[in-house]
Amino acid sequence: MPLLKDGVAVSDDKWVRVEDDADLPEDCHALISMTRWLKDRDTLLTRNKPIGVALESSDNPDEIMDDLDRFGLIAVDFPLFKDGRGFSYGRLIRHRGKFEGELRATGGVLVDQLHYLARCGYDAVDGDHRITEDAWAEANSRFSQVYQPTGDGRQTVLQKRHGG
Amino acid sequence: MYRYDEFDHTIVKERVTEFTGQVKRRLAGELTEDEFKPLRLMNGLYLQLHAYMLRVAIPYGTLSGTQMRMLAHVARKYDKGYGHFTTRQNIQYNWPKLKDVPDILADLATVEMHAIQTSGNCIRNVTSDQYAGVAKGEVDDPRIWAEILRQWSTFHPEYTFLPRKFKIAVTGHSNDRAAIKMHDVGIIIVEGENGEPAFDIYAGGGQGRTPMVAHLVGEKIPARDLLHFMDAIMRVYNMHGRRDNLYKARIKILVHALGAEEFARQVKEEFAKGGAGDDLKLPDGEIERIRAYFAPPAYETLPDTDDAYEKALAEDKAFAQWARTNLADHKVPGYAIVNVSLKPIGGIAGDASDAQMDAVADIAEAFSFDEVRVTHEQNLTLPDVKKSDLYEVWKRLDTVELATPNIGLISDMIVCPGLDYCDLANARSISIGQAISERFADLDKEHDIGELKIKISGCINACGHHHVGHIGILGVDKKGVEFYQVTLGGSADENAAVGDIVGPAFTEEQIVGAIETIVETYVANRRQGEIFLDTYRRIGIDPFKETLYAAA
Repeated sequence: MPLLKDGVAVSDDKWVRVEDDADLPEDCHALISMTRWLKDRDTLLTRNKPIGVALESSDNPDEIMDDLDRFGLIAVDFPLFKDGRGFSYGRLIRHRGKFEGELRATGGVLVDQLHYLARCGYDAVDGDHRITEDAWAEANSRFSQVYQPTGDGRQTVLQKRHGG
Repeated sequence: MYRYDEFDHTIVKERVTEFTGQVKRRLAGELTEDEFKPLRLMNGLYLQLHAYMLRVAIPYGTLSGTQMRMLAHVARKYDKGYGHFTTRQNIQYNWPKLKDVPDILADLATVEMHAIQTSGNCIRNVTSDQYAGVAKGEVDDPRIWAEILRQWSTFHPEYTFLPRKFKIAVTGHSNDRAAIKMHDVGIIIVEGENGEPAFDIYAGGGQGRTPMVAHLVGEKIPARDLLHFMDAIMRVYNMHGRRDNLYKARIKILVHALGAEEFARQVKEEFAKGGAGDDLKLPDGEIERIRAYFAPPAYETLPDTDDAYEKALAEDKAFAQWARTNLADHKVPGYAIVNVSLKPIGGIAGDASDAQMDAVADIAEAFSFDEVRVTHEQNLTLPDVKKSDLYEVWKRLDTVELATPNIGLISDMIVCPGLDYCDLANARSISIGQAISERFADLDKEHDIGELKIKISGCINACGHHHVGHIGILGVDKKGVEFYQVTLGGSADENAAVGDIVGPAFTEEQIVGAIETIVETYVANRRQGEIFLDTYRRIGIDPFKETLYAAA
């Protein structure tokens, strides 16, 4: 699975997915489920190694909004390209929660969704073989003007019209 | 009318480039049909029974003469010389070739038109009142707010992969001509603080297999908060709407499951969190900028009556008949709103030929400040015609067979394309509409029956709005045979209601006779001044059941 971070392919993902029933390794960048985080939160808060959480599309990100600064990575799964809940989760985590770590979309995203993901706060994508550096670059240069303010730093049409 | 600035132009052009690339990849075999499907569906391109169908947006139903002429050009050059105006104020072309679609979109872009978000699980073309800006008693022009919503919803990064499609309608009038309560979100403009426009926002309406009337979820929302409040509705829906079942994925199911009060509470809670990231408050400058485009045209100061018009009414019976049904009051003295029926007796509801579209464009340019409207009832409107020009306008419409005098009468039906075109349909709609229209072709008879809205859908998806027809007809398939189920008492106006099923379905042979029986039952029971719906609401369904099924 190719991973793109800020549009660049990453061959050695330092994050290791740890299943819910496995012991948490001491010395690694551990990516655990949101369920596990909520269950073992008190213990995990004492861990001083990097930790990331993985959200299923059915998880509610509101439940981790107070913990965002604890995470180095938040991975949000898109089980199907049609399941657009992750776009809202991205906005909440990145733009409302001001999360500064890596926000990664995983699963069935389409090339044609990459610029929406970027606008919703995602800086990393772990998808199929079509999600390439070129695809990312092309998707994010396709539309030179945007109507909606999100929080991604892009100047909107409204701001350009009214000198905001 | 709104005119694109450089930014609007750029966005549409960049979309044409993107879609052209996608079509190229498909034609070159780099994309399978399965992979291409979600991409073409984001751009109004469907694969139907016989061919591709392209649905072009007519935002809030407003067109200039130039735009209408372009629609004619597309029909002539790329299709079979006609187009079909839909209940969502769009136009559909039934026979485009895939290889031509990029050229069609490029042509449309030259006149500020597109097919963006006319399909897919996104926010669809925002619809509105065809009398916007010209009706007496309007609180504010809904086109201003529909245009603001159009821009906000175009390629929305967060709300383009919703659980299901999402339809918004806006009206500025207490007489609802836009069926707003049958939409996912319906907006009524009301007077707010200091005489500023504000919005009553309804959510959870819709038709399909589970028809529901929308509930009030936001009261007197100030103008500057419109997008922020809409954003809160969309986020609650995007996060919590069902995705496990296609038929339970519309917002109406979420509103119903939570209860309207709880849904409204969640929306208000989300709203109170102040959005996510950048501010969604509308700058005053933008509201004023857009409002300026919809400033009233340069009306002349005229007496409210016109001698030549009165004389023509007195001398030309056919003109007088047309004037009686097809004109509506204009807010400015000496002007009238002209409704152009796309329901010729025995014709196909909503269809117009390239020559007819060209003619309407010419008439609009010469007599209606270059503006045409498309109605959700599949007709056209010329909003600004001087009374002194009405006779000439009528004559010109008549030469292209667009002067059918039947607006609001029984032959002015909404009819979906049905099994003649649509791969979702279970039964034909067009032929049933034609047969009913022919049965009631006598104009005196039509006038005697009075206002009666028949709406026909070829399947449960209800594109023909049968649930809200005074008489609704739904095509169903029973073991390969087409049957028609009838509902009575539906309404799409400010007193929106879903019709009641009258009883067992009728065969194709029986259905026209059944409609006639229903009409006769109404005529026999009506009191002075009552239209069909009044009588139905007074006497209920039983007398109709009696006459329809007693003999059986």
